[in-house]
Amino acid sequence: MIDQLLQTHIIIGVLATGVRLSTPFLLAALGEMFTQRSGVFNLGVEGIMLMGAFSGFWVTLVTGTPMLGILAAIIVGALMGLLMAFVSVTMQAKQGISGIGLYMLGWGLAGFLFRITVGYVTSVEGFRPIAIPILSDIPILGTVLFNHNWMVYFSLLLVPISWVVLFKTTWGLKVRAVGVTPEAADTLGVSVRGIRYACVVIGSIMAGLAGAFLTLGHTNMYGDNLTAGRGFIAVALVYFGRWNPWGILAGSLFFSIVDALQLWVQVLGLDIPYEFAVMAPYVLTVVALAAVSGRIWEPAALGKPFDREA
Amino acid sequence: MQIIFEKRESVSRQAVILVPIVSFLVSLLFGAILLALSGANPFITYGAMFSGAFGTWNRFTETLVKAIPLMLTGLGVSIAFRMRFWNIGAEGQLTLGGVAAAGVALYLSQGLPGWLVLLLCILAGCIAGAIWAGVPAILKAYLKVDETLTTLMLNYVAILFSEQLYYVSWRAPGYNSGTAPFPETAWLPRIAGRAHIGLFFAIILAGILWFVFNRTRWGFELKIIGENQTAARYLGIDIERNIVLAILLSGAISGLAGASEVLGIARRLQQGLSVGYGYTAIIVAWMAQLNPIVILFVGILMAALLVGGDQIQMKMRLPAAVGLVLQGMILIPMLAGSIFTEYHIRIIRPQKTGVEAEA
Repeated sequence: MIDQLLQTHIIIGVLATGVRLSTPFLLAALGEMFTQRSGVFNLGVEGIMLMGAFSGFWVTLVTGTPMLGILAAIIVGALMGLLMAFVSVTMQAKQGISGIGLYMLGWGLAGFLFRITVGYVTSVEGFRPIAIPILSDIPILGTVLFNHNWMVYFSLLLVPISWVVLFKTTWGLKVRAVGVTPEAADTLGVSVRGIRYACVVIGSIMAGLAGAFLTLGHTNMYGDNLTAGRGFIAVALVYFGRWNPWGILAGSLFFSIVDALQLWVQVLGLDIPYEFAVMAPYVLTVVALAAVSGRIWEPAALGKPFDREA
Repeated sequence: MQIIFEKRESVSRQAVILVPIVSFLVSLLFGAILLALSGANPFITYGAMFSGAFGTWNRFTETLVKAIPLMLTGLGVSIAFRMRFWNIGAEGQLTLGGVAAAGVALYLSQGLPGWLVLLLCILAGCIAGAIWAGVPAILKAYLKVDETLTTLMLNYVAILFSEQLYYVSWRAPGYNSGTAPFPETAWLPRIAGRAHIGLFFAIILAGILWFVFNRTRWGFELKIIGENQTAARYLGIDIERNIVLAILLSGAISGLAGASEVLGIARRLQQGLSVGYGYTAIIVAWMAQLNPIVILFVGILMAALLVGGDQIQMKMRLPAAVGLVLQGMILIPMLAGSIFTEYHIRIIRPQKTGVEAEA
């Protein structure tokens, strides 16, 4: 059984699938990293992903243009982000539970809208892989890294970009300040609410894109709960990526390779019960959260609403 | 001029009652807009949902069928929420409760007296639910691991595990999925229609929990832990031990919900056990402001949305997900509105009031 998995073409297959499947994790987790760096805990990522997945799918089905689907996912993500920001920043509601509210709303709404607008199983023409000239001809590495659709490259590029934005720009400094000592940031004239609104909306747009990737860059279909907890795992990835883009990249790749392995175990018909293979990422999330506990730094104001009068 | 929120000296009783009601109305309004946009008449649809849930005695008993697991899981999560432990794992705890009850009913019931079988099934369900909640509780109490994520992840694990059992390991010969029917000794008695005595479990538990929360020392300790951990430590309350105990109880009640669901309704383990009761439970508990008696009534209301949704799907060809949308839409205005229970809104900058000692 093990030697079946160790054949070269299978290893390449697992790694290539792993890189592709890292995209939704990366997009959602990098977005959530900004949200949490600013001090807001948005657990609604899963619900936003579901709405992003549906709206991307539906608009593509109607217009035949996947880029318009992406645009729809961005708009829907931004709107849900505004809702989350209003509830958690302006109204200072409990953030974990607000996120669950957003999840349930996205879950119900996406299911309702899908049945009203489409209602049957169908597929769309999603994004095709773009082989990068020369690089994709490199043996092994070419297949693993350089033969994917544009969203995969885009999400990988976002890793260094987020790092630069967060650590090398004034805006990034403000985000980090607001997440650690909002009182001090406020005294220095930084708009705590403004930064938090921006970060929640940015994170939500990226969650919407992560959802759209699933329907336009992965399955090309929509189904109930097709995100399968990936949004929640993305939130966990921010923890063990230690609020750092590179850590999040490592975590995303690790999880997506486990995910890919699980898919290949099914494809190869190995003698492991399907359900146990699918369980792996969830069990791993719990284990990983326990393993990094106590040793992690976190934004000091994470989850705490800011009230100037308090 | 500035709009500011000023902390109230005590929780506003008016807001406590008004916020859930207004939130429900907001959700109905939002749902009405959605229905109108999708070409359905909101009034007729809501009317059909209402009569679908309460119109005849039979339909009312079906509403009770769905209300029982919502009441039980709602009570379960309310214990956790009192201590600000965000147990989002009722779904998984319910699922494993059902699995454990099924396991006992199918494989351990031979040769035991009838009354003992049912008791053991229920007990197994409670224990399984408690264990499943206990893992995140211990991780939280002793390792400070965020419980929202761990309880959520364990839902997926529990559901996949139950699927493995009813699709593969425990599947009865001749069925595509699902176990063999349970022996009659493991059937939970029914009261009316398919509504079973799980309803009495919920009512009795609500009474007990009301008493524990309001009239016992332990209930008071939980309240202090939830409101002020520093104060709890000064008072010598063992926070870790109390968190674990309360969450074990929380999980056990959700496990009971799962056990009574499989023993009372399908009477075999099959698909349809994990349909989101554990998530709706969060809304039930929150809308009832964690009051165990109110949870019973909110449970019926939320069940009516689900049954009403099913009915309009059959009769009006509208998606049953309408019920789910309405539920999802309640929580958000309710959370946003909770600021009104603890704060006044002032338009002008007020004098700061002295800090009141709150017990």
